[in-house]
Amino acid sequence: MTATVSETKQEQKIDLAKLEDVLFHYRGFRGALIPVLQKAQHAYGYLPRPVIERIGESLKLHVSDIYGVITFYSQFRLKPQGKYVIRVCRGTACHVKGSQTIAEKISEKLGIELGETTVDLNFTAEEVACVGACGMAPVMTINEETYGLMTVGKATEAIDGYLEKAGSNLHKE
Amino acid sequence: MMKEISITIDGRQVTAAAGSTILAVAKRENIHIPHLCHESRLEPFGACRICIVEVKGARGLQPDCHTAIKEGMEIVTDSENLREHRKFLLELLLSDHPHDCMTCDANTSCKLQTYAYEYGIDLNRYGGETHPFEKVDDINKLIERDPAKCILCGRCVRICDEVVGARAIDFVNRGFKANISAPYNVSLLDTTCELCGQCVSTCPTGALTEKMAKGKGWEADFKKVRTTCPYCGVGCVFDLNVDRNGKIVKVTSEVGSVPNNGNLCVKGRFSYDFVQHPDRLKKPMIKKNGKHVEVEWDEAIAFVADKLTAIKEKYGPDSLGFVSSCRSTNEANYVMQKLARAVFGTNNIDQCARTCHAPTVAGLAMAFGSGAMTNSISEISNVDLAFVIGSNPTEAHPVIGMEMKKAMRNGAQVIVCDPRKTWMAKHADLHLPVQPGSDVPLMNAMMNVIITEDLHDKEFVENRTEDFAELKDMVLRWTPERAAEICKVPADDIRKAARMYARADKAAIFYTLGLTEHICGTDNVRSTANLALLTGHIGRESTGVNPLRGQNNVQGGCDMGAGPTGYHGYQKLSDPAAVEKFSKAYGVALPTNIGYTITDMVEKAAEGELKALYIMGEDHLMSEPNIKQVEKAFENLELLIVQDIFFCETAPMADVVLPAASFAEKDGTFTNSERRVQRIRKAIEPIGESRPDWEIVCDIAKQTGYDKMNYQSASEVWDEIAELSPIFKGISYERIEKVGLQWPCFDKDHCGTKFLHEGSFTRGKGKFHALDYRPPAEEPDADYPFYLTTGRILYHYNVGTMTLRSVGSAQKVPECFCEISTADAEKLGLKNGDEVKVTTRRGELIVKASVGDRVKEGRLWMPFHFPKTPANLLTNDAFDNITRTAEYKVCSARISKP
Repeated sequence: MTATVSETKQEQKIDLAKLEDVLFHYRGFRGALIPVLQKAQHAYGYLPRPVIERIGESLKLHVSDIYGVITFYSQFRLKPQGKYVIRVCRGTACHVKGSQTIAEKISEKLGIELGETTVDLNFTAEEVACVGACGMAPVMTINEETYGLMTVGKATEAIDGYLEKAGSNLHKE
Repeated sequence: MMKEISITIDGRQVTAAAGSTILAVAKRENIHIPHLCHESRLEPFGACRICIVEVKGARGLQPDCHTAIKEGMEIVTDSENLREHRKFLLELLLSDHPHDCMTCDANTSCKLQTYAYEYGIDLNRYGGETHPFEKVDDINKLIERDPAKCILCGRCVRICDEVVGARAIDFVNRGFKANISAPYNVSLLDTTCELCGQCVSTCPTGALTEKMAKGKGWEADFKKVRTTCPYCGVGCVFDLNVDRNGKIVKVTSEVGSVPNNGNLCVKGRFSYDFVQHPDRLKKPMIKKNGKHVEVEWDEAIAFVADKLTAIKEKYGPDSLGFVSSCRSTNEANYVMQKLARAVFGTNNIDQCARTCHAPTVAGLAMAFGSGAMTNSISEISNVDLAFVIGSNPTEAHPVIGMEMKKAMRNGAQVIVCDPRKTWMAKHADLHLPVQPGSDVPLMNAMMNVIITEDLHDKEFVENRTEDFAELKDMVLRWTPERAAEICKVPADDIRKAARMYARADKAAIFYTLGLTEHICGTDNVRSTANLALLTGHIGRESTGVNPLRGQNNVQGGCDMGAGPTGYHGYQKLSDPAAVEKFSKAYGVALPTNIGYTITDMVEKAAEGELKALYIMGEDHLMSEPNIKQVEKAFENLELLIVQDIFFCETAPMADVVLPAASFAEKDGTFTNSERRVQRIRKAIEPIGESRPDWEIVCDIAKQTGYDKMNYQSASEVWDEIAELSPIFKGISYERIEKVGLQWPCFDKDHCGTKFLHEGSFTRGKGKFHALDYRPPAEEPDADYPFYLTTGRILYHYNVGTMTLRSVGSAQKVPECFCEISTADAEKLGLKNGDEVKVTTRRGELIVKASVGDRVKEGRLWMPFHFPKTPANLLTNDAFDNITRTAEYKVCSARISKP
């Protein structure tokens, strides 16, 4: 999880001004860390290191404190998410209907492990426990869109559509 | 006093203070209960549950570390049921712990191992998934982390947070993946970690170990030699761990030790490797035909004694100068001054306190009658208000810094007066970033507020002080507004500071070289005394004026009479009875004229009046201001003797170089900042042919035919010191075998003095001094527009001979730097890490720029530890008018791109 050079460069461009309102609002509150982190993640899409450092400075907390909290809760992200977030349901019904093969195919197609984001920041692929649409198993979602009764072929087709939309040349590599 | 209540523990009826934990009572009663997450330096945590006990009537088993006793409580600490529970917990822990004790560095010191044996656990009781953790790949050279051996007791996290205040590590992730790590899993070098190794000291398993001790043996194999740290004036007590080959392998400190309670900083715990460094001097050397040639001791001693005698005969005794060392023992300092006075008939003896705390000794003696820290280190955590002025304790006196952090957690208020934004300044209730050299106006204005707002202690002023009228007359002229203009801080902040200080009950002043190293150093010191006298904040527990002494034995160096004005124990040359007493004791008529200070010696050498200089454990060509001038002066000497553990920066000029044994190779005593005389003990044989300082000095005396310096041991030297000085009379090696004693200690039954000036001052009444502002000798102008201040950093120590030869310190901060404000850096187009040229009227250096908000615009700051870029090439050789201590803290400079 060591910060790479490219991440650092990208993070240098982070506009910390977006954070100031949130920090001002929670000034002097005890136990403000989690709501501040939530709002910061909303503003930046994830929690970049300079943002964490600024929050620490403002709330008088060490980076290690905040990092501990962030890694404890699954709702917080230390890395940016893709423009399109693909969630493959791995609940019981979907599992029985072969969602594992679909997940593997997506991972192979995007060239990333599940839980990761493509280098061009277009796609994040992850597994989720249950999206509550067992009647349509196996299910995947891409952002707000839900895709039911999936097969490997249909999933590939759906992703191809998004690849084109994003102008991504991932599939050509 | 807390109410005493009675309880029953393992059938014993006992009483204890209400609010005590079961643990505390059990410990007192010598009842052994296992613990993993508990340590006495930490707040109770209750994570490991192995310390559970049965409490009659309670629901379930209770953790003893977290349960307070109640009246009539019936406790059982050992039973079949408890053993089963504890065994179960241990087996769970060991189900996911490598069973590799035979290759683990923590073998024989691991608590998990001890309890596993004690409870007879089954190693294979529970199968299942185990953690795939590998050793953390961290480039730091000191601390190794092996998460596979971690039991998540959190002791490392808590000591880093609660005691050190660094909070470099924390729990990360959740559930099965939980472990302890630095944020982003980066190297500890890139975090707030101070490399103090406190985490290693508290780890109950092999998860945290010392890299330098790896594979060198197990705890049970080491000989532990209790001694005192050779770095700063806190005087931490620790054990040198010596292996079977007679090599120092590591340093440990026992929890409960006085004064540091097992706490150490990076220098104390890790920077011992200088002792066994290949650069150590191993044989005496005499310069022959311009080259240093190794010779036998006999030849070196004869050469020194004969030369000194010849020069004395030719030019008179005052053509000789002797410089003693606050790095060395009391015994060495004592015999050095005896050599100067009794053998060579001169009072030209001084030591390195001249460059640091001489104004303290002089200033506090004028005000109170004795110049030392008035309170004890153990009192710091109970202060209500700490006024920290010209002091950076978290770096220069880290373990005192830890006590201050404890005070802050206990609710103490802190005012920091420092031009820089130090750790303390950042965390203080009020920070006054004054202009360098403006301390007298600041304190005068504070006293102005205290008097005009009627906050002074009139009864104390009336009964215990003198010359109040003069003080009042002076400070009334210093309104906060007038001072604010000079100090460059808001007048209202000065008012606030005055009110906070005056109104607090237990208010203590802490200062260091930020006050003393000025042309008005003694005035600054007397101003702190004025403040304390005015408010009656002195002579009580946790209340007083506390100079934090810089070197391990700078208190002792001053105490031992290694100064030009008096004998040891502050017996003055100006007192004919003292001269007579010592003439009789030393068997010769002693000189009565005041001798030269170090500063004088350099000047007299330059003028050609001083012909010979014997320097023990000092490095003038690093530590004196305006080094180039010192070098020129030394060229005039007919004889320069350097006695050191390394070939220091002054050594190349020396006619004779004598190899001295380090603190680890000899017996003796150091006196720490709180006046505590503590033992150092020989742990290893001297390196090469090096010898303890006191033996070398005594041999020179013997060579001249003087027969009153034939000591058989350091202890015998101490006995003479005690015999001839009332304040040390009650101290002997037997009495300080376990814990040091604080002087004054008048007889064998006296238990030492925790804090000074209770009821009356050493000089009778406390004396106010009316002091006016005297600006620094050199202030910024068009050519040199910046203020330049020099000082110390956490990882290095003074002239760097020791810490730059320690791998941990040298890795963390390998080279010199200059702190520059972001605004000034931008004007010059400098980025953090760029090279910058710093120029003063005396010289120039090229160093790395450290850009940030530590210093304000128009100010620069540099450490002085680095021989390749010695900051003292730049500093100003202007001196305090009373003690002749140099103004290291202010000169003017300019910066440019090289």
